[in-house]
Amino acid sequence: MDQTVTGMASGSKTSGFPPATDIDTGVIPIRPSGRGMLQVAVDETRRSAALNAPIKARAEALGFYYGSFQALKNLTMEIREKQVTALIGPSGCGKSTFLRCFNRMHDLTPGSRYEGRIMLLPEDMNLVAPEVDPIEVRMRIGMVFQKPNPFPKSIYENVAYGLRIRGVRSQLRIQEETEKALRGAALWDEVKDRLSHSALSLSGGQQQRLCIARALATSPEMLLFDEPTSALDPIATARIEELIAALREQVTVLIVTHNMQQAARVSDYTAFMYLGELIEFDETSRIFTNPGRKATEDYITGRYG
Amino acid sequence: MSTEGLGHHISSRYNEDLERLRSSVLEMGGLVERQLTQAIGGITEPDARVIVQVAQEELRVNQLERSIDEDCSRILATRGPTASDLRLIITILKTITDLERIGDEGQKIAAIAARLAMRERPNSRYRELRNLGELVIEMLHDTLDAFARLDTELALAVVRRDRTVDEEYEAIHRQSITFMMEDPRSIRRALDVMWVVRSLERIGDHAKNVCEYLIYLVHGKDVRHTKIEEIEKELHAFKG
Repeated sequence: MDQTVTGMASGSKTSGFPPATDIDTGVIPIRPSGRGMLQVAVDETRRSAALNAPIKARAEALGFYYGSFQALKNLTMEIREKQVTALIGPSGCGKSTFLRCFNRMHDLTPGSRYEGRIMLLPEDMNLVAPEVDPIEVRMRIGMVFQKPNPFPKSIYENVAYGLRIRGVRSQLRIQEETEKALRGAALWDEVKDRLSHSALSLSGGQQQRLCIARALATSPEMLLFDEPTSALDPIATARIEELIAALREQVTVLIVTHNMQQAARVSDYTAFMYLGELIEFDETSRIFTNPGRKATEDYITGRYG
Repeated sequence: MSTEGLGHHISSRYNEDLERLRSSVLEMGGLVERQLTQAIGGITEPDARVIVQVAQEELRVNQLERSIDEDCSRILATRGPTASDLRLIITILKTITDLERIGDEGQKIAAIAARLAMRERPNSRYRELRNLGELVIEMLHDTLDAFARLDTELALAVVRRDRTVDEEYEAIHRQSITFMMEDPRSIRRALDVMWVVRSLERIGDHAKNVCEYLIYLVHGKDVRHTKIEEIEKELHAFKG
């Protein structure tokens, strides 16, 4: 690894300011806000909303093992309510593993093991505790995958299914909730006249929005997105991004993306992970203009460390 | 100039693009510095050709400004730069505007120098202009040096020196008024002197601006419209 330190900062060895990046302290630098007038301009309204948001979930010294391989190491971070938090990092850094912990997707992986906790607030429920029912977790925390995976059923059934599983019996109620979810996923106008058609007849982008509607139907508190647009064209991608921006009015969003610009566009907070560790976690506006650590800088600017 | 500290992009063409951009800015800065040196030289050593020389450099400066602008937009559009790369592009876009204006001020000074050359010279031989001119040239020189080496200490020193320029400006201003009151025949010359001093003062401001952008580039801190004491305090707090 090239240790010639830092981006712009290193040029001035005599400089009085500390280098903009700092890789040696063991602490994840979540910088205090409002350090006087010397600040990079950001969208202040959005920012203060983000800073004042209560905490929705908190990973506490979370570790995860696939057999003897430790995929997540001592991860501690807070997810704020009704904000979008993006997880970025190179392949194999553990971001998807981390995301999947939130709705217990690893339960079926033989030999897997959790350490530490993920607390869901306000009731302080440990999502990864064995005694907590994964089905309940998944009702409260929905997930949308990389490739759209609608059920091979009608558009309507894809959304109504979750409601039925949840024990909703009233047809009228199911209809209402289904429409609400489809509207929430910005799909209603496109499919309202063909609800009985197969979900597989939809385009890729529509299928992905259907999957979002399906996740929304059970009124989750959190939505997990695992690279939701990597299989979509730019227009469908823009729609999904718009949707994510709108969704944060109602749910907390955690999103894994390889598209750096997407993370910069849609998220309020960004976590940069590397080799199973959380390297830096900060407001997105800071991460993308003036990250605190060299490793983050190298990754987002497309340099090798 | 070295970009060792910047690390290398996975894309070598991106590296080359950014490197070329930095070189172009320094080339432009060098030309502007030459313009200014010639213009001020024209005041102390009367030479009617100075205006032609300065105007020739101006063409090249304008060309460079346009091509750097174009390169920056292309990089913004195609690379989506982030973090230090983004700050570099923003800094360059702003810097070249200030450099170009320094060039314009240099041209104004050259025009006045040509006029002064045709007139009788005062006993002082425009010593005060030469002193202030040298101070400002030095500021510009250090600014470009700081830019090349990403040296924010030097940049801060330039920001500090701008205050001296402002004081000099005030002093010459008062002196000119005195001359004009003493002898109305000196008004014409005193006014010309004032124009030059005004241009020099503006150049000092532009150099200061570039140094402030540079601090943003290196530290990600926007120090514009911040008192120098505040900047230093910030710096001291970091050191402490």
